Amino acid sequence: MIYEGKQKIWSEYQKEIPDDHYFYVRSCIRQSFFPASEATFLRITREALGKDVFETEHHTTCGGIAYHSDTIPQETVMTIIARQFALMAKHGYENYVCSCITSFGLYCETLETWREYPELEAKIKDNLWKSCKLDFAKPKFLVHASDLIYKYRKLIAAQAVRKLVNVHTGEPLRVVEHIGCHYSKMFPSKGVGGAEYPYVLVGMIEAWGGEIVDYPERRHCCGFGFRQYFIKGNRGYSLSNTHKKFESMEPFKPDLIITNCPGCPYFLDRWQYVIAESTGKTYGQDGHGIPALTYEEVAGLVMGYDPWDLGLQTHQVGVEPLLDKMGVEYDPAAKYLGKGGKDLGAPAPCSCLK
Amino acid sequence: MGKYYDMLMRDYRLKEGLNACINCGTCTAICPAAEFYRYDPRKIVDIVQSKDDAEIEALLKSDTIWYCGECMSCVTRCPRKNAAGLIIMALRNLSIELGFFIESEKGRQQYLLTKDLCSNILDYGYCVYPRRFDYEGHPEAGKVWEWEEKRLDDVFERLGGNLDGSGPGAMRRIPQEDLDQLKGIFDITGATARMEAVRKAGERKAAELGMTPEEFAKTVYLASSPRHLNH
Repeated sequence: MIYEGKQKIWSEYQKEIPDDHYFYVRSCIRQSFFPASEATFLRITREALGKDVFETEHHTTCGGIAYHSDTIPQETVMTIIARQFALMAKHGYENYVCSCITSFGLYCETLETWREYPELEAKIKDNLWKSCKLDFAKPKFLVHASDLIYKYRKLIAAQAVRKLVNVHTGEPLRVVEHIGCHYSKMFPSKGVGGAEYPYVLVGMIEAWGGEIVDYPERRHCCGFGFRQYFIKGNRGYSLSNTHKKFESMEPFKPDLIITNCPGCPYFLDRWQYVIAESTGKTYGQDGHGIPALTYEEVAGLVMGYDPWDLGLQTHQVGVEPLLDKMGVEYDPAAKYLGKGGKDLGAPAPCSCLK
Repeated sequence: MGKYYDMLMRDYRLKEGLNACINCGTCTAICPAAEFYRYDPRKIVDIVQSKDDAEIEALLKSDTIWYCGECMSCVTRCPRKNAAGLIIMALRNLSIELGFFIESEKGRQQYLLTKDLCSNILDYGYCVYPRRFDYEGHPEAGKVWEWEEKRLDDVFERLGGNLDGSGPGAMRRIPQEDLDQLKGIFDITGATARMEAVRKAGERKAAELGMTPEEFAKTVYLASSPRHLNH
C-alpha cells in the first residue's frame, strides 16, 4: 500500500469534535454484551480526563435495530430520536455522543433527511408533542463515542502505563481495525477519515504504539445484517461474512482486532468460536483465536485497568495470549469471580478453541 | 402502470436513495448479501426504475427483497449516489403495508421479528434485552454466554452494569413514564398498527398452513431453504 497516499485521503475527511460537555446515550447491544466497555468509557472520560459526560436514566433505545429489521416505520424511529434530542436539550446540552454505531448512522440519516425535507422534521416535531408533550432541539455536534476516544487519544497515551507493543520482542502489536458499517459508509463526511479509509481507530492504534494491518477484506461487513442474525435460519449469512474476513486477515497474523461498533466484536468473537468448534480451524497462534476487543477495552488496557474489570472474561476467544504479549499482570484465578470475590463458577471448556 | 412506483416514491428513503441508476452493478459487486444469497441489487433497482407494476408486485411478494443485511456498503460505492439499501427498505415497508410480505419464506420472518423486537422496546425500552437472549436459541453465543445467562445479575454487578436497577447505568430499568412515552410514539406513528397487522397476517398464514401460531413462529425461526443460497 502507498501509505502516504492513504494519509492524504484521510486528511480530507476530518470532523469537528468538541472537547467537552456531552449528553451520553447508551447502546442496546453494548449494554447487553459489553457493559464494562461503557463503564470504561465513562471512567476514562469523567475520572481520568475530567470531562463532563452526562447521562439520564430516562433515555431509551433509538429503535435502530428494530428499524433496520424493518419492524417499525421510519416516522416511529425518527420520533424516538427526537425524544432523545428533547432530553438532551432539557438538560442543557448541545453535544450528543452515542455509544452505538447503528444509532450514530441513524442519527446522521435522520438529521440529513430533515435538512433536505423540512416538512418531515415539522411532522416529527408534531408527533413528539402529541405523543410526549416534548419539544426538541437538534444537537449542535453529533459524535460517536469512538470519535471522543480518538479526540482524547493523545491524552490517554500521556496517562498510559503500557503501549500496544509486544514486551518480549519490542515489536508493535499487529492490529486489525474493524469499523462498523453505519459509522461512515452512508455519510462519509460524518466519520473521522471518511468511509474508505476511516481514521478513527487507526488514530488510536498509532497513538498507543501499535501497527495497523491492511488486508483485502478490511472494509467488509462483520455480517450482523440485523434480520440475518436474529432469525436462526438466516445465521449462515452472518457466519459466512465473518469467515470471509478471517480468511482474508489470517496471512497477516494479527495480534488483536479493535472495533467501534457494539455488534462487531460480538460477531467477530463468537463466529471464531463456531468456526473452531465446527471445523477445527483457529486463526490465532497454537489453537487460540484472535481477540476482538472494543476500543474502550483497548484504551483500558493501555491505561493499566484490570482486564477483568474491563470485562475481557466475557469474550469467548481467550485474551490471555494478548495480555501476555502486552505484559499485563493479571490473576487467572480471578477471571470469573463476581464482585467481592464471589464464586460464580466458570464457563464450560470449548472442545477446540483455547 | 406506475401505481407501486408512485407508492414507493412517497417514502423518503426512496426519494433519497434513487437517482438515475446506470446499471453498472457496483452495488452488487460490493454487496455481502449478493455473495451469499441469489441476490442482485442492480436488478432490483432496475425493476423499480422500470415502474412496471407486475414486476414490482412480484418483487414485493418475493424472498428477494429480504436478503439484504442493510449494511449500506452499496451507498459508499455507487457512482450515481444511489442507495440500494434504502430502496430495499422502502420496498420492504410497502410489502408489509400491502400484506405481501407473508407470501415468502423470508418475508414471513417479519412475524417473529416484529413481535420480539417491538416487545423488547415497549416492555423494557431496549431493542435487545439480555434476559430475553437465551443460550438455547443462540448456541453460537458460546460457553461464556451459557455461563453468563445463569448469572446475569452477578456478572452485571461485577462489570459495573445496573441490570434492572434504578438510576442511570447499563441495562437499567427504564422508568414506566418513559416506556409510556414510547408506547405513545408507537401509537401515533403507525408502529402499533403495524405490529397488529403483521400479527394478524401471520396468524392467517399459520391457519392456512394448518399450524398453531406457536408452530408457525418456530417454523419461521428455523426455515432456511437451500434455494436461497448463491452456490
